[in-house]
Order: sequence, then structure tokens, then C-alpha cells
Amino acid sequence: MPESSPLLTAIFGRLTFESFPIHEPILIVTFIVVALGGLGLIYALHRYRLWGFLWREWFTSVDHKKIGIMYMVLGIVMLLRGFADAIMMRLQQALAFNGSEGYLNAHHYDQIFTAHGVIMIFFVAMPLVTGLMNFVVPLQIGARDVSFPFLNNFSFWMTAAGAIIIMISLFVGEFAQTGWLAYPPLSGIQYSPGVGVDYYIWGLQVAGVGTTLSGINLLVTIVKMRAPGMTMMKIPVFTWTSLCTNVLIVATFPVLTAVLVLLSLDRYVGTNFFTNDFGGNPMMYVNLIWIWGHPEVYILVLPAFGIFSEVVSTFSGKRLFGYTSMVYATVVITILSYLVWLHHFFTMGSGASVNSFFGITTMIISIPTGAKIFNWLFTMYRGRIRFELPMMWTVAFMLTFVIGGMTGVMLAIPPADFVLHNSLFLVAHFHNVIIGGVLFGLFAGINYWFPKAFGFKLDTFWGTLSFWFWVVGFWVAFTPLYVLGFMGVTRRLRVFEDPSLQIWFQIAAFGAFLVACGIACFLIQIAVSVMRRDKLRDTTGDPWNGRTLEWATASPPPDYNFAFTPVIHDNDAFADMKKRGYKRPLEGYRAIHMPSSTGTGVFIAALSVALAFGLIWYMWWLAALSFIAILAVAIAHTFNYHRDFHIPAETVAATEASRSKLLATVAGH
Amino acid sequence: MASAVNTADHAATNSDEVVFYLEDEHEHAEGSSTALGFWVYLMSDCLIFAILFAIYGVLGTSYAAGPGPQDLFELELVAVNTAMLLFSSITYGFAMLQMDKGNVRATQLWLAITGVFGLCFLGIELYEFHHLIEIGATPQRSAFLSAFFTLVGTHGLHVTFGIIWLVTLMVQVNMHGLIPANRRRLMCLSMFWHFLDVIWIGVFTFVYLMGMLR
Repeated sequence: MPESSPLLTAIFGRLTFESFPIHEPILIVTFIVVALGGLGLIYALHRYRLWGFLWREWFTSVDHKKIGIMYMVLGIVMLLRGFADAIMMRLQQALAFNGSEGYLNAHHYDQIFTAHGVIMIFFVAMPLVTGLMNFVVPLQIGARDVSFPFLNNFSFWMTAAGAIIIMISLFVGEFAQTGWLAYPPLSGIQYSPGVGVDYYIWGLQVAGVGTTLSGINLLVTIVKMRAPGMTMMKIPVFTWTSLCTNVLIVATFPVLTAVLVLLSLDRYVGTNFFTNDFGGNPMMYVNLIWIWGHPEVYILVLPAFGIFSEVVSTFSGKRLFGYTSMVYATVVITILSYLVWLHHFFTMGSGASVNSFFGITTMIISIPTGAKIFNWLFTMYRGRIRFELPMMWTVAFMLTFVIGGMTGVMLAIPPADFVLHNSLFLVAHFHNVIIGGVLFGLFAGINYWFPKAFGFKLDTFWGTLSFWFWVVGFWVAFTPLYVLGFMGVTRRLRVFEDPSLQIWFQIAAFGAFLVACGIACFLIQIAVSVMRRDKLRDTTGDPWNGRTLEWATASPPPDYNFAFTPVIHDNDAFADMKKRGYKRPLEGYRAIHMPSSTGTGVFIAALSVALAFGLIWYMWWLAALSFIAILAVAIAHTFNYHRDFHIPAETVAATEASRSKLLATVAGH
Repeated sequence: MASAVNTADHAATNSDEVVFYLEDEHEHAEGSSTALGFWVYLMSDCLIFAILFAIYGVLGTSYAAGPGPQDLFELELVAVNTAMLLFSSITYGFAMLQMDKGNVRATQLWLAITGVFGLCFLGIELYEFHHLIEIGATPQRSAFLSAFFTLVGTHGLHVTFGIIWLVTLMVQVNMHGLIPANRRRLMCLSMFWHFLDVIWIGVFTFVYLMGMLR
């Protein structure tokens, strides 16, 4: 590193010209593409004068529906980044044989596999799951909004801020080269002196604030804001799984926060929590991070289970089989998810007794999960099944996830795990459950609730194409990894010696290409649906003959969700209403009390990015100033006591009258 | 609500009619979720402390040939410090009693006294930290000291934020009086403050008292 003056160091910390990756052609091209795309977007927003609209109607909105949609957009954008990482890895591994180094150097490749994991879990799966919960849960429980609407907006922007911090690392400095959980001592200052791990830490810490607060918010919403009559055992299954997921978020994300604080203390202050000397204990980090990490996978998959439950019963035209057992299975999984973390490192050497305990608890989880699978199957049994897109994703999930679960039970056997630990078998297993479980669930959910959110259905042709590309692509990409895992190939390798392995990596790369087609078809599906929205229009608010409360209101729902607070008599509330001849009320509207928009969330999140940037680059003045500014903005926000307004009864009447008109035209046809 | 009940009564007489919606706006009283929400937040914060206690439990004897608790802790000082925090909890309780009576001035007075006790606590803690660092028992010296400084320091940081919050609330009570929103906020800070007290009792017991027994 060249000599730099003390003044420059005081201002820029360790940021120098060398920090910009101008020697990496791949990153230069990426930067140019991103910059051009960004400029084009900014120009379009400017040209069509959308800034004010976006700011007023979306960015500062506290409406749970809009926040939910913003989460989904964030998740889909980050999916493109995470998948770009995936296909680069697949390509590298398919090429780097017979003395070839491939096209990625080690420094770059190690960043890619780390970023891929971090982005896919924290900034794709989490925002998509949180977005769906945000959108659907208040509608399903007949509420006007969540318990703390401002906090909801703030949570979203903190998640987005975390994503921005991670994205900055692409062009300014580097990202961590440690793997997605950044185990010390590799992630300690001695072995990772650069800014990569600091980007990792602060990106996750900022997003973690958002996740924890949104978990508290949705938990309290479900407990406190349910419509009259909705007792615990009348809560729709998706809301039940959301409740359990948010309990898990509140009970595990603080662990992640704490453990990352300790890692940062090791790196910044020189403490000795996870170092090799002065009494530090790196395995403590591994234990703690998995005490968060294992429940995290259930945080992701439980809402997906909820989606499948809604979809199966709707498209089989039947009440869900075994509602009560479904709820209890969810709760049991919630509890058990805390008792299995050690299966991630059986090879740590805890001894036979400890490993047996965690192996057995892990296998026990397959019991409630299996009960769920049977419940879905029995719901389909003798049902009048409609193979619409959400149902197709559900069936693909059941086939794929059962196999992923099986390989999971194999890994739960400690002696088998000693053989398969850290191998591509493991990589294949967790992709099998996360893609086959979470991602398929999210696609089912997106196709299912899209008409509710936007008022028109998604195109089925491109949706079907996307479905087949994804499902076939997934199996072509990951079956070879199972095979390679059995051959003993370990994960995260950049080059290979044994030429006989190459064919498997080439097949896997082809699978990744098919998945790329699936993603492209999904994007085309959305674009095509927007263009053909008049044909795909949902005028009734109930396009699938739905069973739960969200289908009782218009598509898209009005700001206030329901003109009158619904009263619930059954866990399939809307099916019950339809069966018993519910008539939509047409008069007697009252003014509705609603929360007001605020820009505070955006400001604090932006300042958090500045704070993180200052801490990452040792620009202490920036960090200190932004921290003080965050406190000031937060305190100033508490001086605003007028956070709500009333939608006048006339406005409600007008909105409802236009819906009546729409419904009448449908009836007239 | 009243008319809804009437409709429900009416429905009971005519079994074919079921009520599917409330005619009157169903109001969730403003801030009705706050108490639960704040409790849940406190429990998540409690988990952070749980992790720090766990870390201290595991690393608390890793002295790395450096000083241990018996070489470092002065129980007299810590006892005075503990008293400060416990007194501040009592005075906060008095502030809440005065708030219930609607007595703005007395509430403010007790809040101010609480803040002063809090500052004394912080002052003594900083003095203790300063002393330890001066004699070479720095957070970098051993895993035990890392865990000690982090656990006690995190608690101290919470008290600091509590004091900032306390001052903010005093300004707001001054501006608007004991309106429901301010009462709710004082109640939340009260829970936060007592929560810190409970955590401190854990710190005092596990770190200081049991440390001296080692």
C-alpha cells in the first residue's frame, strides 16, 4: 500500500484508489451495465415525473400492502444478483479442469460464493417471505394495517439499506471471502484484514434491525389485531405459520446481532472472543451462529408451508385436511428448530452422546413435517383439483421437498455426516430444501396472491414455461452435486484435478442455464401480464374461489382493506361467508381511522448506510456524524404526535360504490 | 360495538341470520398493541444479554495467564453501584405513582432524580473501567476480560440510552403534559428501566459475586 498522508487517512480512512477493482474486467463490465441501467432508470423516473409519486405513494407509505410489494421487488432484484453469482460459480467449476484455472481468480471466486449465500438467504428469501407475510397477514385477519405501521416502513428500509451496503461492496473494495457464515478465525482481523468481512457484518447488522423489528411487528399484529370471532384455532394456516415464523425471528435474530457484535469487537477493538490465543474460542462462534442459523431455515420454510396449505385447499375446493394437526405440527417444528443446531458441525468433536442427541432431535423434526405432507395429500384426495400455476408449484414442491428431506435425514446420522460433511452432497441437500421448499412456495404464493395485489392474474403460458424450466433446471443442476458429494468432492473448490469429474459439473452448469431460462420466463411473465392486464383483470376480488378473508375484499384492496370490520365464524372465513349467503354491505359507511405516511424510515435507513460505510472504511468522522444524525432523526420523530388521519365516510362510500359497479358489470355478462 | 351486539342478539332469535361484519367502526384503542410490542422487544433484548451471559459462562475462566476476578473486582464499589441502580428503579416507581395521580411536577421531579441515579451508576462504572484499563486489565488482555467488558459495557450502553430517552420524555411531558401518548411512553421506559435493573442483578450475581468465589 502506498504512503498516504495523515490528512487523507483521516478523511478517507482506508479507502484509496486501489480499493476500486479497476483491474477486474468482469467487475468493470458489471459496473458499466449497472451504471447504465441505473442512469436509464433515473432518466425514466425524471422524464415521467415519477419521483414525487414514488416518494409520496410508495417510499413513505405505511400501508402494509405497499410495503409488502416493495419487499417483493427488493427480493426479486436481489434474486438476479444472487443468481448471477450462482451461474458464475457453475461456469467456473465446469471449466476449471485439466490444468485450466477457469476464468475467476481465487480472490474473486471466494467473494462470489460468499455473496451468493448471503444474498440468497438475507436479501432474496427473507424479503420475499417478509413481503408476502406483510401483504397477506393483515388481510387474512381482517385488520386495517399492522400494529406499528411506521415501524413496518422503517423495517423495510433497513432491509433495503442492508442490501445496498452489500451491493456497494461489489464496486468499492471487496466482499468477504469466508463463506456465508464467516467463521472465525478466518473471518478475524488476522486472516481477513480487508473490508470484505466488515461489509458482511454491517450489511447484516443493518438488515437485522429491520428483520427483528418486523418480526415484533407482525407477531403483535397477529396476536392483537385479529377480527372479532377469529380465535386462535380459526386463524388461517398461512397466518399461523407466519406467527410461528415471527416468534422464531424475534427469538433468534438477537442471537445473530449479538454474535456479529462480538465478531466486530474482535476485529475493531482487538478483543479475544473467537481468536486462537488469549483464551478465545472460535467454536463458540460456530455454535452461536447456528443457534440463529438453524431456526432461520424454518423462518423461511414455515411461511412456505402456509402458502402450500392455502393453495392446496383452495385449488382442491376443500377444507384443509387436518387443520388442527397442521397447527400443532407448525408449533412443534418451531420448538424443535431450537434443539438441532449442532447437526451443522457434528465433526466438531463433541462426542458420541452430544452428537446422538442432536442427530435424534433432527430426525424427530421429520415427523411433524411428514404429517404436513400427508395433510396436503389428503386434502387433494377426492378433491376437485384445478391445476392452476400455484397448484403446479405445490405439487412440484411435494415431490422435490420429500427427497430433500430424505437427504436431510441422511445427514442427520452422525456417522454418515462424518463422510458427507462439507461435501457437495450437503450443498445439494440444502438447495433441494430451500429451492424446492422456500422458492417453490414463494412462486406458488406470488402466482396465488398477485391478482389480489394488482387486480389482474399472471399470464399462464409464461408462468408454465417458467415452472418447467425451474423444476427441470433444479434437478439437472443439483442431482450431479449429490453424485459428486458421494464421490467425496468438497464444497467451495475453484479448480479440480480429476478430469472424470468434469462431466458432472458440465451437467450442473447446464441445469443452472435452465434455471436462468426459468427466471427470464418469470420476468417475461410479469411483463406480459402487465401488458395484457385488461384481459387478465380480476373484477370480483375472488379469482380462485378462495376460502380466506383476503378474497372477500376488492383486488387490489382499498387502502382501508375492509369497509366494515369482518366477523369470523370459521377458519375458512370467506368460504363460510359465501356458503351462508353473505351479502356485501352497501350503505352505512363510517369514517376510517388510518396511519399517516412518514419519511423518517427512509432517512434513518440512508443514514445507516452512511454509518456502515464509515465503519467499514474507518472513516470515523462519517460514522460519528451519521450516528448522531440517526439519534437526532429518531428523537425528532417522537416529537410528532399527529400520526393518523381519517378517511371520510364519503370517500369510503365512493370507493365501495365503484366496486359495486364493477361487480355489477361482471354479473351482467 | 353496541349495535353489533344488538344485531348479534337479533341473530340469536333468528338462526338463519349470522353477522358477518360490524356496523360501527371497530376501534383498536390507540396504542393498544404497544405494551405487548414493547414486552416482545424487551424479550429480544434479553436474548442479547443471554448470549453475552453464555459467552461469559464459557470464556469467564479463560484468563490467559492474566488477572482473574479476585485480582480485579472491588465488591464495595460494585455494591455502591448496584445501590445506585436499585434506587433509581424505586424512584422511577415513584414517578409512575405520581403520573397515575396526574401530578406533572412531581412526576418530573422523580424522573430527574432517577436520571441522576442513572448518571451516578454510569459514572462509577466508567471509573471502574478506567481503573481496570489503567492497571493493564484491558478488554484485549484475555477472553475473560473481553467477555466481562462486553457484558457490563452493553448494560452500561443500555443505561446510557435509557437516560437519553428519559430526558427526551421529560421534555415531551413538559410540552404536552401527561397525555395518554406520554403516559404510554413513560410506561415503556419504566419497563425498560426495571428490565435493566433485573439484568444488573444477574450481572452482579454471576459476574461479581460468583467471580469472587472462584
